[in-house]
Amino acid sequence: MAFGFEQLETARVGTTLVTAFLASLVECVEALTVVLAVGSVRGWSSPLAGAAAGLVVLAGLVAALGPALARIPLHLVQLAVGTMILLFGMRWLRKAILRAAGLIPLHDEQAAYARSAAAMREAGPERSRGWDKLAFAAAFNIVMLEGTEVVFIVIALGAGGSGLLLPAGLGALAALIAVAGLGFALHRPLARVPENTLKLVVGVLLSGFGTFWVGEGAGFAWPGPAAANPDLAIPCLMAAYLAIALCMVPACRSRARAAAVEG
Amino acid sequence: MRWLQSVGREVLGLFVDDGSYAGAILVWVGLAVAVLPRLGLGAWDGSVLFAGLAAILVESVLRFAGRPK
Repeated sequence: MAFGFEQLETARVGTTLVTAFLASLVECVEALTVVLAVGSVRGWSSPLAGAAAGLVVLAGLVAALGPALARIPLHLVQLAVGTMILLFGMRWLRKAILRAAGLIPLHDEQAAYARSAAAMREAGPERSRGWDKLAFAAAFNIVMLEGTEVVFIVIALGAGGSGLLLPAGLGALAALIAVAGLGFALHRPLARVPENTLKLVVGVLLSGFGTFWVGEGAGFAWPGPAAANPDLAIPCLMAAYLAIALCMVPACRSRARAAAVEG
Repeated sequence: MRWLQSVGREVLGLFVDDGSYAGAILVWVGLAVAVLPRLGLGAWDGSVLFAGLAAILVESVLRFAGRPK
């Protein structure tokens, strides 16, 4: 059966949605840890209000910046956003490879939770008219900090073609709902989420998208079946980055062992 | 002003962990966009772009792994 235009469009929309969902999942888990730590120490109303305020600002950023990019010629957007996605995705990929090889420590949600809770306890009471400014600010800051990455991912993925902003936004929203729902049901950080595996997968997906968009923005051609249907280059690039990442994990371990013996 | 600086640092941090790694990616993308279309590689432009990026990734992680601890 021939792989037609409609299937390609569906695959592109699906990949955009899944990439936005997985990338946002990682950031939402990190934000949730701090919001839970603040809420458990200082009560829930102020940190929840801070988190909600952060989400409103972030949604405003997506609503303002996303459609604005649609007015710029697509090849310029692909070149600029593709380069930024490449920097972002390859940064995640490099870090995930080094973490998987045991060369840099894994992100520890329980430790982050304990650190944030201790900081909130040490800060002492700070309330005015029923509001805990410190708890509000801590939750607002972490939502803005982690959410900026989500906003960038949503806007960048949405800028890759017409109609992609909606699936990218829905992917991020689904991640937020899933993490918030789980977090508030369990009342503890989601420490069992395989964060580094997710980061590696997202790094692979974003590096594939970034390479493709830089190539498309520069007017590059792709070999094989992708010459006729350039979108076919996206899964090929992702598969190639994944293969390299999986080869690099044991290669880095061996290299580190050899360096330790020499040193 | 300090707030703006911290926002700037956070935004930069989205893209840059290792300066030489990010710099190499930017230089390669710039070179590829400027030079590859003039070389007449046809359908291999995109593959060469990818190969350069893959080489930068491999070099960076192996260099990190080989650093004295």
